Amino acid sequence: MVTENSKRIVMDAERIDRSIARIAYEILEDNKGADDLVIIAVRSGGIMLSRRIRKKIADIEGVVIPMGILDITLYRDDVIMTDKKPKMGETDIPFCLNDKKIILVDDVIFTGRTIRAAMDALIDFGRPRVIRLAVLVDRGHREIPIRPDYVGEKLPSSLWENVNVILSESGGDDEVVIL
Amino acid sequence: MELTRKDILGLSDFSVDEINLVLDTAESFREISTRTIKKVPTLRGITVINLFYEASTRTHTSFEIAAKRLSADAINISTSTSSVTKGETLADTAKTLEAMSPDIIVIRHACAGAPHILARLLGQSIINAGDGSHEHPTQALLDMLTIRQKKGTIEGLKVVLVGDIMNSRVARSNMYGLTRMGARVTVCGPAMLIPRGVEGMGVTVETNMQKALQDADVVMMLRMQFERQQGAVFPSVREYARLFCLTVPMLKEAKEDAIVMHPGPINRGIEIAPEVADGFRSVILDQVTNGVAVRMALLYLLAGGRQ
Repeated sequence: MVTENSKRIVMDAERIDRSIARIAYEILEDNKGADDLVIIAVRSGGIMLSRRIRKKIADIEGVVIPMGILDITLYRDDVIMTDKKPKMGETDIPFCLNDKKIILVDDVIFTGRTIRAAMDALIDFGRPRVIRLAVLVDRGHREIPIRPDYVGEKLPSSLWENVNVILSESGGDDEVVIL
Repeated sequence: MELTRKDILGLSDFSVDEINLVLDTAESFREISTRTIKKVPTLRGITVINLFYEASTRTHTSFEIAAKRLSADAINISTSTSSVTKGETLADTAKTLEAMSPDIIVIRHACAGAPHILARLLGQSIINAGDGSHEHPTQALLDMLTIRQKKGTIEGLKVVLVGDIMNSRVARSNMYGLTRMGARVTVCGPAMLIPRGVEGMGVTVETNMQKALQDADVVMMLRMQFERQQGAVFPSVREYARLFCLTVPMLKEAKEDAIVMHPGPINRGIEIAPEVADGFRSVILDQVTNGVAVRMALLYLLAGGRQ
């Protein structure tokens, strides 16, 4: 049963900030700097997290890497099966992806289907050198063989729980909650 | 908000929310046409039949491109090469097509109500691509998308429709849509080409073009529907052009930032001067680009989920 009382805060602002910092360091370490790096945020959960990671990388490396936003609605595997069409958002990738090292960012990874759709979409934009996946929360329950490269926190959850990542512009009121 | 209707037959019963949903969805679809690979896999396995009983270049091409960019299969039937020339009725053609299990049928017909007949007969989604002098909903939607893009909103704008109001399905659909969205619509043309009682649709009638254009934000010129006019409706084309052609001096009567629209095809020198049609206030080609996006949006919103 999901009730109002069952809301649990599993990450607070400080913990989230440390996770993002570690992810930024790991990305730079793997890549040996910021050359050819670009960030692609999955709309809409990945947008705020992408901005944070990008800002951290700028703080550490002094380089502001390009960022784009990807809407995956049209690539979903269930879009034709339902009468209720998901609301589309705009895709905005104002640069070429050929030979780029893409950090794909989403807030939570769950079944993995969103990321499958996102990768298909990215391939239609060009031929990146690599695609790596960064998420703040890995809640398990994968349905297809996809695994993130950078993970803020592993939070085993039950199937009927909701994991919500709340990130504000300032960073002050951030939290990850399980409902 | 979602689109729950099976068919798109006209804008007469479209709500503000439905129009906004289509326009917002179309806005997102515009980006796809700017990509190197202009295709998404969304409508794989969906079959769209374009059934055109009347000549058409832009609407027909626009629907075909829209379907293909969404990975649907588009089949085009033009009546000059089909069994219609052998005397098949609309209902029989429809039943035959249904037996081949398409998902969406786009129809243009010279008779008002033809799409409605198909919609009643068939389980498939029907999109009206123009029925006689009745409605052309996808044109009005793309016009509204263009106005919204250029002006930021539709509500409160003064939109002037000039020309053959009587025979224009574009005018009728736009009158429904624009008044519903809160625009102030004025129709203008020779008295013979303005239907009696049109004020009942919530529009203002003005037969003097200079007066009609005062304070206009949008000037929408309509094509002379010579093929639909019965008998002599005005003394001569030359006189019509003298009174109702949108020329550079005539356009000065409208607001300084007014935009000029035309659904095409253009009769240059009759309803619009070439300098205006090709001028910087003209958004005629934006209308064509938006047409693809609007039709993609409608195919997307209608397809699937109804097994």
